[in-house]
Amino acid sequence: MLSTDQRDPAAIPRVLLTLLCLALLWPGLRLSELDPGVLLQAENRQQMAGFVSAFWPPAYDAGFLDLLLTATVQTLAVATAGMSLALLLAVPASLLASRALSLRAASSAGRLGPWSRASRLPVRGLLIFLRSVPEIVWALLFVRAVGLGPTAGVLAIAITYSGMLGKVYAEIFESVDQRPAHALLQAGSSRLSAFLYGTLPEAASEVVSYTVYRWECAVRASVVMGFVGAGGLGQQIDLSMRMFAGAEVASMLLTFLLLVVLADLLSRFLRGRLA
Amino acid sequence: MSIRVQGASVRHGQVQALSALDLQIGQGERVAIIGPSGAGKSSLLHLMATAVPPSGGRLELLGEQPWVLSARARQRLRARVGLVHQAPPLPPRQRVVTAVLAGRLGQWGTLRGLLNLIHPGDIPGARAALAELGMADKLFAQCGQLSGGQLQRVGIARALYQRPEVLLTDEPVSAMDPVLADHSLALLNRHAQAHGVTLVASLHAVELALAHFPRIVGIRAGQVAFDCPAAAVSEAMLDALYANEQLAPPVASTASPQVQIPRC
Repeated sequence: MLSTDQRDPAAIPRVLLTLLCLALLWPGLRLSELDPGVLLQAENRQQMAGFVSAFWPPAYDAGFLDLLLTATVQTLAVATAGMSLALLLAVPASLLASRALSLRAASSAGRLGPWSRASRLPVRGLLIFLRSVPEIVWALLFVRAVGLGPTAGVLAIAITYSGMLGKVYAEIFESVDQRPAHALLQAGSSRLSAFLYGTLPEAASEVVSYTVYRWECAVRASVVMGFVGAGGLGQQIDLSMRMFAGAEVASMLLTFLLLVVLADLLSRFLRGRLA
Repeated sequence: MSIRVQGASVRHGQVQALSALDLQIGQGERVAIIGPSGAGKSSLLHLMATAVPPSGGRLELLGEQPWVLSARARQRLRARVGLVHQAPPLPPRQRVVTAVLAGRLGQWGTLRGLLNLIHPGDIPGARAALAELGMADKLFAQCGQLSGGQLQRVGIARALYQRPEVLLTDEPVSAMDPVLADHSLALLNRHAQAHGVTLVASLHAVELALAHFPRIVGIRAGQVAFDCPAAAVSEAMLDALYANEQLAPPVASTASPQVQIPRC
């Protein structure tokens, strides 16, 4: 018996798995038509250099800064309004989809019956549908419905992000220790109270961190949607690029960097407060 | 009759924790449950607290059959029964005051629970419950900063604050020093006597059980081994209850001629 245990029994599967990953990578590279050599061709290098050289120095005249400020505030407003609307749908949906609030699971060591499982399927399905359509498609749809402007961006973010937030919240609620909530349910508390007193204290920092990260993503997404006419920084970047005003694009990218840094600091601060 | 267990079985996967157990506990009785590790003491308490449904047999609690009731009615019944866990499951970041006030969530509506989370409404009540256990200074500490014995006292304070009609405690003093354990059990008994509460406690320390509780139930292999007044418990009954055939008698140091082959 001793002789067989001297070799690591997991060694061969691991080597095979590594080889399999490498073997799958090659067709992937071929299919995506990735060829970094193109970047180094002289003509392409000139093109890129011309595009980037126009970025310096960034534009900072008063008129443009005024425009930039308006666009930035509009982008932030679109992202924030979209997130708020998304939360309105995501929070109840996550509570319905999560196993953390099942009365039955509380008295059977966390296992769900077939009925509790089935009743969560429609909500899960709704969340999957909401996030499976990219926000840019929703934006194109709403631009046709409500016309050019930030409203289309807000609605598009609200719909896609409610799907993402709802799914991830539900998973966070399930991943924390369930015993506090189960103990409360077993002492007769309502399901929402058990959630507030048993699950939320543990889940809060994860939820806040993910929400701030999604808000940051919403800022980025609202810029992309600006390209299809949903207002904000994106629309300005689109306009400046069409006018070959590289200096303006550079200023806007710097603003953008600043927003992401701010979101990161905010997330770190809130996590620190809740840890 | 406060609790009536009739031929109840509890099964955890492959393990038969309780097999056809009968037990009746009257209103206001104070009962200690003793028995060897793994005998089913915790399973019996969890069964009586409606934390697990019986896989066979019947449970009657405060004149009602909890597993026949609708979910809503069962939650109302559960609010009248308190269970103190051996290691109270409290979120580490929750403050002690919130953890204690959560005892009455079953009696409060969801809205009152929500408001209480934003602004604790009954701080004097929580302080009084903790003060009886010598924990008033920890009112605003976080549960994660407490020791095992302090957490157990928070768990007891929560159950006392709940003001249940049936108070079930699962090894409530296992992590406390002898003085605190004695004090806490005396407090639970005083509370039960003063309010006519039915008190059931599982205990490892036989002398504590005999000193504090008038009725002793011995559990062995998922069944009642004996059930009698504390005064009637004899040394022979305890020896039979705790007899362990699995443990080999102490081996002399010279008696190991075979070669030891490590298997790991």
